Amino acid sequence: MIPRYQTVLFFLLLAASVIMGAALWQLRNRAEERRQEAQASTPTQAPLVAPAVQATLMVASDADDSMSERILSLPLPPSADARARAILGKLLDLYAAPGAAHPVQGGASAITQVFLMPVSAGGAGASGNTGNGGAKNGPEMAVVNLAGTFAASHPSGIETESLTVLSICATLHANLPQVTEVRFLVDGEERETLAGHADLTRTYLTAEAEPAVVGAQP
Amino acid sequence: MVVLDAAHGGDDTGGHSGNWTEKAFTLEFSVRLRSLLAARGMEVVTTREQDVTLDAERRDEIANHAQAQACLSLHATLSGSGVHLFASSLQPVEPAQFVPWKTAQGTAVARSLELAGVLNSALGQAGLNVTLGRTALPVVDSMTCPAVAVEVAPDPSSEQTATASLNDAGYQAKVAEALAAALVEWRSGGLGEGSPDNGSRRGAHAP
Repeated sequence: MIPRYQTVLFFLLLAASVIMGAALWQLRNRAEERRQEAQASTPTQAPLVAPAVQATLMVASDADDSMSERILSLPLPPSADARARAILGKLLDLYAAPGAAHPVQGGASAITQVFLMPVSAGGAGASGNTGNGGAKNGPEMAVVNLAGTFAASHPSGIETESLTVLSICATLHANLPQVTEVRFLVDGEERETLAGHADLTRTYLTAEAEPAVVGAQP
Repeated sequence: MVVLDAAHGGDDTGGHSGNWTEKAFTLEFSVRLRSLLAARGMEVVTTREQDVTLDAERRDEIANHAQAQACLSLHATLSGSGVHLFASSLQPVEPAQFVPWKTAQGTAVARSLELAGVLNSALGQAGLNVTLGRTALPVVDSMTCPAVAVEVAPDPSSEQTATASLNDAGYQAKVAEALAAALVEWRSGGLGEGSPDNGSRRGAHAP
């Protein structure tokens, strides 16, 4: 026969364990959210102490399936990879802004990484980072790693997806002329299409990303 | 003969918003266009007649075996406005006995651009807002017929919401009528003749 006080104590301890378990679970989830927020807010732009340089953004417009050149002065890091990421981040910030001519959610955090690597004779090379510059090292391939959330929230359609892809390619080429090829990954993996249409399995040649209509915006 | 490929289907909804799905729109539009073309005495092959999942290879097999004068890949979007026409961005290549499956459209891309021009002209004459471009679309890139992706976007002159505009039977009929007229012109002008798929000696390697 178990004494009554032991039964009561047992249930009290059991309840305390359940409550503590739930509290721990909540704390763990909050810590994970904080960690993810910290990752998402990793700056994609260079520190303001970096010298401001001119960057050319090829901004897409859904209205007439065109791209127009927009020249901005941005503080950019010297490393070509980081510079490419910062410039593309700015481009996607424009698309995420209210009233954008090519509205796409995501902003700068949609560009997780940009890697530059030499183009080998038979296609893409896989050697190391070229640091800053690379024009004198020959043509390069840019591998743009997009966030999965960006692809998931991208509007579906041939025109809108193609414009996103082509404006990224054209912007890269405008600022880093040595970039002649671009490939896309989503969350580090190959993906068939951006949002059901634009082919992400192919290598895009920046020479083919010339806009059909180019206008200059101040 | 014309091949109509209603994009997406089954598990692949394509674009969607609320109750509107691209797969349902393309199927409905395909049936509408097929009826118009049949009424004009044209033979039509469709890649799907119901809500089924169909991969790109199967769609291309159907299109390439049909040896069609024109192939239209039908899409819809809630972005932009009017009708968007896209030909393959592949560079033209000389016809060969065998061509790689993934770039088979290269042998027909010159005629695809001509077809896009005829469609553009007919849609423009119908008072529709048209944009013409080139893009990499796996389904179109593997077709050996003159092929154009037709993406129907909301009517810019409509004050309805994007989905309501696309569901508007009058708007759909206007676009379909213009496409049917263009395809009749394409056939009667003999512009679809001489395609590399006219002979069984030519084909594309399956992947």
